[in-house]
Amino acid sequence: MPDVRKFVVTVEEILHEGGPIAPTPLRRACVLAVIRNPFAGKYHADIAPFMDDLKPLGLDMARRLIAALGDARLIEGYGKGAIVGEAGEIEHGALWHAPGGYAMRELLGGAKAIVPSTKKVGGPGTRLDIPITHVNASYVRSHLDAMEVGVPDAPRAREIVFALVMTTGARIHSRAGGLAPRDIKGEDGLR
Amino acid sequence: MKAKLRKIVTFIDETLAEQGQTISPPLRRAAAVAVIENPFAGIFQEDLSLLIDIGEELGLLLAERAVAALGGEVQSYGKAAAVGENGELEHAAAILHPKLGTPFRKVLGKGAALIPSSKKRGGMGVVLDIPLGHKDAAFVRSHFDGMEVRINDAPRANEIMIALAVTSAGRPLPRVGGLQAKEIKGEDGLR
Repeated sequence: MPDVRKFVVTVEEILHEGGPIAPTPLRRACVLAVIRNPFAGKYHADIAPFMDDLKPLGLDMARRLIAALGDARLIEGYGKGAIVGEAGEIEHGALWHAPGGYAMRELLGGAKAIVPSTKKVGGPGTRLDIPITHVNASYVRSHLDAMEVGVPDAPRAREIVFALVMTTGARIHSRAGGLAPRDIKGEDGLR
Repeated sequence: MKAKLRKIVTFIDETLAEQGQTISPPLRRAAAVAVIENPFAGIFQEDLSLLIDIGEELGLLLAERAVAALGGEVQSYGKAAAVGENGELEHAAAILHPKLGTPFRKVLGKGAALIPSSKKRGGMGVVLDIPLGHKDAAFVRSHFDGMEVRINDAPRANEIMIALAVTSAGRPLPRVGGLQAKEIKGEDGLR
């Protein structure tokens, strides 16, 4: 298990955005883990084994996120991201793709869509806009969304912030057409 | 409810280590933030009693949310508000000061100390640094602290965001002396 300095959980509950008040508010949540970057300060050619170390962290974070939203059955959208501190490199953030993504899919019971992601190198307080798509079909337009995340005091130079995001539904006043959840075929993770 | 809510965001910050030292049990801080319409945006309103009543409502709602998010005993607390650009600092004062504290303290069971506060006017994404102090004795030096919260899409020009924060303990590694939590009498709110 990686060396975690802190966890941050944020839950947004959105009742409206200038339109009718939704019968069920949209909730978006993120969980962030601030960990020590074991590769900070110099170039390491062989970093891939660290992905195995990140698996239990991914599962722990996904569990925290589902707990914050109540139940895995409520989850309709997801995304992930990483912010690497200044003594690291962007490639360290890429180590999150497999363990972060698989952890969420495992706990959501076989979600089909690729987990959208983004990453950057930055200082403490850096904000990251994490893309969000429907868990079973990336083209569902109502669920294309994003959540801004960040930690005021992280990442320090030798740290990485890993992030997972989940949502309970479509954008609050979604009305831009496109593929709707009821029309998902659910075979290829796209439509 | 008199408050017209657009969204409620909760933040949980759990610190497991600081400067290489394990924090056991981890320090938890939680904040609940409401984004509401400012009924007096763009006008001068002499009588602010509507906002005072809204403060009472939010004192209960946000205290319940923050305490639920924290889980466990509350040691310190704080409050803050940010008024969107068409509002007035006095609107924040009307919400925060006259009536918000009573329901907040009722949820906690106790709270003899002044609830430390801050307020500002700002645009969307403005940072609120919520001051924190021990809830029963303001002079407990280990509990002088702060928690940053920020919502990327609030406050809009005609909105106000109101934040309450609670913690499970003081700073992670307090060692600057002063009155200790175990020494307090907790009667006058100061010592």
